[in-house]
Amino acid sequence: MTDTEQLTAETRDEAARAGGSAVNTPVAGGRSLWADAWRELRHNPLFWISAVLILLIVLMAVVPQLFTSTDPTYANLSTARTPPNRAHIFGIDNQGYDIYARTIHGARASVLVGLGTAVFTLIIGGFFGLVAGYAGGWLDAVLQRIGDIFFAFPLLLGGLVFLYTFPSNPGDPFIEMVAKIILVLTIIAWPQTARVMRASVLQVKPSDYIQAARALGASGPRIIFRHILPNALGPVIVIATINLGVFIGVEATLSFLGIGLQPPTISWGIDISNASGIGLVRAAPYMLLFPSIFLSITVLAFIMLGDAVRDALDPKLR
Amino acid sequence: MVSYTIRRILQMIPVLLGATFILFAAVFALGDPSAGRCGQRPCPPGYIAKFRAEYHLDQPLLVQYGYYLGKLFRGDLGTSFYGNPVAHELAIRYPTTIKLTVIAILCEVIIGVAAGVLAGIRKGRFLDNLVLISTLLVISIPVFVIGNLAQLVFGVKLEWFPPTAGQGSLYELLLPGFVLGALSVAYISRLTRNSVVENLRTDYVRTARAKGLSNARVISVHTLRNSLIPVVTFIGTDIGSLMGGAIVTERIFNVNGIGNFIFRSINQKDGQSVVGAVLILVVVYLVMNLIVDLLYGVLDPRISND
Amino acid sequence: MRGRSRAMAAAAGIIAVTLTAAACGGGGSSSSGNSGNTANEITVRGCTPQNPLVGGNTAEVCGGNMLDLITRKLVHYNVDTAAPELDLATAIDTKDNQHFDVKIQSGQKFSDGTPITAKSFVDAWNYTAYGPNGQQGSYFFEPIEGYAATQCTDDECKAKPKAETLSGLKVKSDTEFTITTSEKVSNLPVRLGYAAFSPQPEAFFSNPDSYKTKPISSGPYQASSINDTDYVFTKNPNYQGKWAGKTDKIDFRIYNDPSAAYTDVVANNLDVTDIIPPDQLVGDQWKSDLDGRNGTKPQGVIQAFGFSPIDSQLKNVNLRHAISMAVDRATIVKQIYNNTRTPADSFVSPVVQGYKAGACGQYCEYNPTEAKALYAKSPGYKGTLTFAYNQDGGHGPMATAVCNSIKNTLGIDCQPKSEPDFKTLRDQLNKRELKGIFRSGWQMDYPSIENFLAPIYAKGAASNDTAYDNPKFDAKLAQAAAAPTEEEANTLYQEAEQYLVQDMPAVPEWYDEAAYGWSNRVENVKTNAFGVIDYASITVKSS
Repeated sequence: MTDTEQLTAETRDEAARAGGSAVNTPVAGGRSLWADAWRELRHNPLFWISAVLILLIVLMAVVPQLFTSTDPTYANLSTARTPPNRAHIFGIDNQGYDIYARTIHGARASVLVGLGTAVFTLIIGGFFGLVAGYAGGWLDAVLQRIGDIFFAFPLLLGGLVFLYTFPSNPGDPFIEMVAKIILVLTIIAWPQTARVMRASVLQVKPSDYIQAARALGASGPRIIFRHILPNALGPVIVIATINLGVFIGVEATLSFLGIGLQPPTISWGIDISNASGIGLVRAAPYMLLFPSIFLSITVLAFIMLGDAVRDALDPKLR
Repeated sequence: MVSYTIRRILQMIPVLLGATFILFAAVFALGDPSAGRCGQRPCPPGYIAKFRAEYHLDQPLLVQYGYYLGKLFRGDLGTSFYGNPVAHELAIRYPTTIKLTVIAILCEVIIGVAAGVLAGIRKGRFLDNLVLISTLLVISIPVFVIGNLAQLVFGVKLEWFPPTAGQGSLYELLLPGFVLGALSVAYISRLTRNSVVENLRTDYVRTARAKGLSNARVISVHTLRNSLIPVVTFIGTDIGSLMGGAIVTERIFNVNGIGNFIFRSINQKDGQSVVGAVLILVVVYLVMNLIVDLLYGVLDPRISND
Repeated sequence: MRGRSRAMAAAAGIIAVTLTAAACGGGGSSSSGNSGNTANEITVRGCTPQNPLVGGNTAEVCGGNMLDLITRKLVHYNVDTAAPELDLATAIDTKDNQHFDVKIQSGQKFSDGTPITAKSFVDAWNYTAYGPNGQQGSYFFEPIEGYAATQCTDDECKAKPKAETLSGLKVKSDTEFTITTSEKVSNLPVRLGYAAFSPQPEAFFSNPDSYKTKPISSGPYQASSINDTDYVFTKNPNYQGKWAGKTDKIDFRIYNDPSAAYTDVVANNLDVTDIIPPDQLVGDQWKSDLDGRNGTKPQGVIQAFGFSPIDSQLKNVNLRHAISMAVDRATIVKQIYNNTRTPADSFVSPVVQGYKAGACGQYCEYNPTEAKALYAKSPGYKGTLTFAYNQDGGHGPMATAVCNSIKNTLGIDCQPKSEPDFKTLRDQLNKRELKGIFRSGWQMDYPSIENFLAPIYAKGAASNDTAYDNPKFDAKLAQAAAAPTEEEANTLYQEAEQYLVQDMPAVPEWYDEAAYGWSNRVENVKTNAFGVIDYASITVKSS
């Protein structure tokens, strides 16, 4: 039994997990895969819709003051649960906070958690996956089993155990709290990316053009970065965009369980979990509705982007 | 195939050791579980001393882990803080969680595959986009919101299902199972759709069409069988995360399963219970992974494991 | 005095708790009337007890609620007034508040058929008090003579204590034993209704582990099956007391989340829930969900927040008073709790004898102007003032609201800090590593003003989390404990309370009200003064 044969099964497995089909052998010809993909993307309305939405959300996260001048940390308890009206277009929540201001200001933490975790899993998982897939042999086996150790923990469970161990405190710097959530989610989520990466490296590796590069005497790193990485990156990016949404959702769930971000941090997750009691849903549905809509739109936008990129990278799906 | 299987099983041992150690260390780091076991008051010193000695909490981490491993090799999963064997606590909860997981999987497969096939044959049309948007919408709503709303609407208002599932009967578990599976519906429908799209293009489907077979037959016999391979893979790896991910669902619907047990044990810093429960989750995950890999050889003769 | 029936031989200086059987209307006379009806059973919300159901080893509510059904004590607290009434005891006499003579009824039996004797009490108490047995209720025996000698001398409990039994307990006959306390304790008889003081049969001492599955009962019910989803109790045929159960079977269904239990009661899937989730209180929705089948009742619980003893910025009394006066209790109670709480005006719950309305005076009233003035006189508070609370108790919204009230009034940057559970909060308090203010709730163990003062604010007391230390306060407590009559004792306790108002180690917020609901197939659901549902008196509607 050779290693490559053994791995075929897992390769397909990962490819499937990546969302249908992995990157296929790139089309020969002068244009690079990426140029091709871009041409394809430009004509996809889904791509433009998601790109505009993401731009808006990022803007909201960076300069919320553009959208609202209300202080999201000022609460007037006596006006609690006022329905949406002219002065408070999204209404007032259970504590007397303006929901519109909180929703706008909540973008920052949520987007940072999602984006940060997605980027870090991409870097760490991508790196290990690349090494495992390219090197093969014992290094591959060791890296895979290490990945298994973390991958076997359900995401929520790992987050729970970790954050119970290292809880956040109010007054901690904002970035530290967010970093903690990103760290824990990354620790648990990287093996998935690594597996997908490894799988697509294995699919790319035997291709003719890699063999050709090798025959021409190209160095290892050159082959990896010039030839393998660009062609193997597709499924990993798709996974990253889908997961980005999932991570934002997990942050909300951690808040629901009481161990996520802490005040005075404002995040959609905190607001949604505060509003999710059935009694409140019935008495003040707008409390849940608006942060949820924003969260959903963000998640949707990133997933649609990933979808569009995937379609563009996969010539067979055109 | 046999030697491959054996090798994979042997490789599980270091993974299990690593996973248990990390968990053990994490729960150890949670701090002293004896604090706050006495309601609003601090516990008397005698109570704490006895409690700590009973669970070797007065020992350093490695010694505690050694004790645990020693017991584990003898097939003993330890004792929960209530004083029952962890194995017993798990044995009474696993059937419920397994039932819940099976229902969740059935829900996600039936809905997911149906939606995926429809979207696949109508690629790029309205139906395709509708499936895309609606399944993604489900992913983007946190599970506790879906759970709470489903309970309110279907359990309390419409009274179609019992609002909670404390007794763990199949009927009670339908609603929580559906909520649990809802997340994965999106994944499965995406997988199926893309597979179907790919397969509809293949030569053998074209041949089948050329032979004049009906559209229904082409899709059901020729396309679907091959399209389901990635779905099977996904389900295999999903089982593990469904069981562990049931923490929130089990809480909302009061299902006395593993998720609830793990959450409560983490709360009580009950190390042996947490490790025992998660250990089994990890084993399930590893075994499912292996089965999926082996199944590949069966489903797709082009792939060989030997 | 809340209609308490209490006889007192003042001239002789004897405090005796007398039988009030007549006043009770002979509650349990028709105890076995419905035995033929198989539907005469109820399901109620339960949560998993932390320990097996042993009277001396349960200090949390989950186990405590069930324990009430299977233990019979010397004294029973009146369901409506919390007044102690004699139960197993026929008399508890003392001349000096230090030597007590307890006589118990003869011919009473445990569920295993063995008799309840004076020895059942003394053995159980000795077992609970003895350090190496590691029982949670150990500290209840602290006032009894010889307690120190039964405790471990080191943290690890390696060296055996000097004595195995309490020297202050003596069996005189099958129906009589004496208690000697090391100091004068005027309210000892009042304390004896707590579950830690319940008797245990011989069989318990030979095999305490058997209580995991089959605790032996002295109360109106006995455990018939204990498993993970249900703790089922059926009538104890050997119970001869006055408070026998009305239904044949009580099934505590285990819920991890009270919201699920509430949902089940609304859908008539569960008969009784003793918790209404806070979010259902909003806009009185729970009252329309549970139209005609809901109730509230004041209970012996006070919610407060304490000032961290290690936070040097919080030492200033003006600052403490300013913070207290900055809390808009009325609005918080209205908006967060929909008026199911009552703003506190004292350190003591109104349900106990000795409560003095308005004892806290202006310092417990919301007054932004005065608060600002006092704050200006103080050195102020720099940095973030954290309000630590335990997330698992649903205190998040109230902590946020209290902080916002302080912030809006005084301009202090107050932030709620959630600890995942009560244990973590407890742990940090024990280690004295928590700064800022922290939530501190107190549910009385027994109905006495003393229970709201001594265990929380006396120097070195087990629950003195604020590390309050005022010799004058302690001296008043000692004086009150030795007072010859309860009236005099209560006056002295009230004087002690005034020191708390002056020094303000903690800020009283509000008194909890028990809110509960039931299904349409049961009736007569009410709670006792502790806020615990009186499960034994619930009846099934006759159809």
